[in-house]
Amino acid sequence: MDYFISLAVFAGIWVVLALSLNILMGYAGQVSLGQAAFFGIGAYTSGILALKFDQPFVVGFFAAIVLTGLVGAFLGLPSLRVRHDFLVLATMGVNFVVVAIFKYVDFFGGALGLIDIPTPRFFGITNEIPYLILVWLYVGVAILVSWYLSKTWTGLALNTVRLNEEAAAAVGVSVPRFKIYAFIISAALAGGAGSLYAHYLKSLFPDNFYFVESIVILSMVVVGGVGTLRGPILGAIVLRALPELLRDLHDYRFAMYGGLIVLMMLFQPMGLLGDESTLMRGIRRILKREVTNGRAA
Amino acid sequence: MSIAQNLSNAMVLASTYILIAIGLTMVYGVLKVLHIAHAGVYASGAFIGLIAFNFAREFFTPLLEDARLASNLSFWFSLPIAMLVAGVMGVLIYLLVYRYTWGKSPTISLVASVGLFTLIQDLLQKPFLLGPRQQPYPAGGAGMPRIETPWFTLTPTQVLILVVTLVLLAIVYFILNRTRIGLGWQAAALDPEMAAAVGVNVTRVILLNFFIGSMLAGAAGVLVGVYDNMVFATMGDVPSYKAFVVVVLGGLGSVAGTIVAGIVLAIAETFMVAFAGSLMPRDAIAFLVLILLLMFRPRGLLGRA
Repeated sequence: MDYFISLAVFAGIWVVLALSLNILMGYAGQVSLGQAAFFGIGAYTSGILALKFDQPFVVGFFAAIVLTGLVGAFLGLPSLRVRHDFLVLATMGVNFVVVAIFKYVDFFGGALGLIDIPTPRFFGITNEIPYLILVWLYVGVAILVSWYLSKTWTGLALNTVRLNEEAAAAVGVSVPRFKIYAFIISAALAGGAGSLYAHYLKSLFPDNFYFVESIVILSMVVVGGVGTLRGPILGAIVLRALPELLRDLHDYRFAMYGGLIVLMMLFQPMGLLGDESTLMRGIRRILKREVTNGRAA
Repeated sequence: MSIAQNLSNAMVLASTYILIAIGLTMVYGVLKVLHIAHAGVYASGAFIGLIAFNFAREFFTPLLEDARLASNLSFWFSLPIAMLVAGVMGVLIYLLVYRYTWGKSPTISLVASVGLFTLIQDLLQKPFLLGPRQQPYPAGGAGMPRIETPWFTLTPTQVLILVVTLVLLAIVYFILNRTRIGLGWQAAALDPEMAAAVGVNVTRVILLNFFIGSMLAGAAGVLVGVYDNMVFATMGDVPSYKAFVVVVLGGLGSVAGTIVAGIVLAIAETFMVAFAGSLMPRDAIAFLVLILLLMFRPRGLLGRA
């Protein structure tokens, strides 16, 4: 039972991470390989506040969200001057630097990381189910934010920026402003996930947030379907669950993530559940047939 | 350490950077793709080289009496093999992936490249190659002499790196500037469509691109593996990033620029470590340079717009 709870907690965290990257990549079109950095910043913020400043979990959680969001704004600045493909390099670099800071600055525990982060307590209940509920409540928040964002003017603006920056600027959309918005929201969501991660795992190591983890998050978004709501959710759950359920796959999971990315780019760049993917078209066709079957042809 | 000694160390470092970066800039020049998987080819070169080296050593050592000779022979056997395999790998990457993703948005090629890199790196750690732990590559100087001058000293391994790099660069220069296909490459780098229109076989140029560039990366992998006496699966991580710094600094698509930029970056790193070591880790310089470049002079030193 505990194993499944654990699986579900991590799945929830990864869903949030995938959704956060989806906002940055899918909505705003900013290809970022640094999402793990935001994840790490949130985790360490929360962990340090709890460990070294004796703050309760709630404080750490919200501080992680706010702080990571601010850092996201700052780290989003390069995206204002840098072209698409080069943003990838810049975000890769950011990821390296953030991890290096965690590794070499003693305040963050150095290479040995942080250990013994206290567990949050909920009304005295000792098993992990409340934590599971909390995590998935947060997932709900992330879904709501993503969905709401896609329906508002901001979402529309982000889409415009993604499709054509010059055209967006030409019609009066402030490209820098909305790019930064995307970074803030994306980072804040990831930061919150980091906090949940830190207090669940109770120990943090810099290498948990290495560049490879960013690629894993990328693979979830890409396999599921960039820009959609359902895509990253499915991508995160499947890609997280698969290596757990198929033990042989576990050793090869990074090869799998990489390989899946390549296959997706070759055959279904919009993702398995993207808008024009083979799967979605099939599903739509089936649904349409079911609808028309109820009425006279 | 004297300035001259630092300089000579920097040149050795620069050689490795240049060898990796040339392949990257060549691919970008013609395909406009950031070939992140190139670092995977680099690491693969080191692995294949080591495997070939170990194999050859097993063969030669009982045959010849001299262990030293056996080791050196094994190195010179392993280097071309590593280069060949790396070259083929690069070509395959183009044929299987980039050829299909090229027409679609550049993001797709980029993401595919990232996926490829992850895939290659993970496979390198598997037991069917050398296993997850790091391995030594004890080829030493492979027969090269030690050079001692009053101002600086070059160990045999350093001499090896410089010699191999110079020879390879000379060959590449010859191919690019004195052969027809090299001319075709220059044309294709300037404008692939026009080049195709005037009869340049762009596909052949692209294949040559990947082959040569990847061969150089494979050589770099072997040389770095020997120099550090260390081969490990994630050795491509830092180069995956630094090589791009060199490429952007030199001006994307410019081979000459890459050479200059490689030297500049190596000198900057070496001197910073020598004289201000505690300020920040060596690799951070590359990051800083990249951010500044991307934001203020994406053209680099010698690039066109």
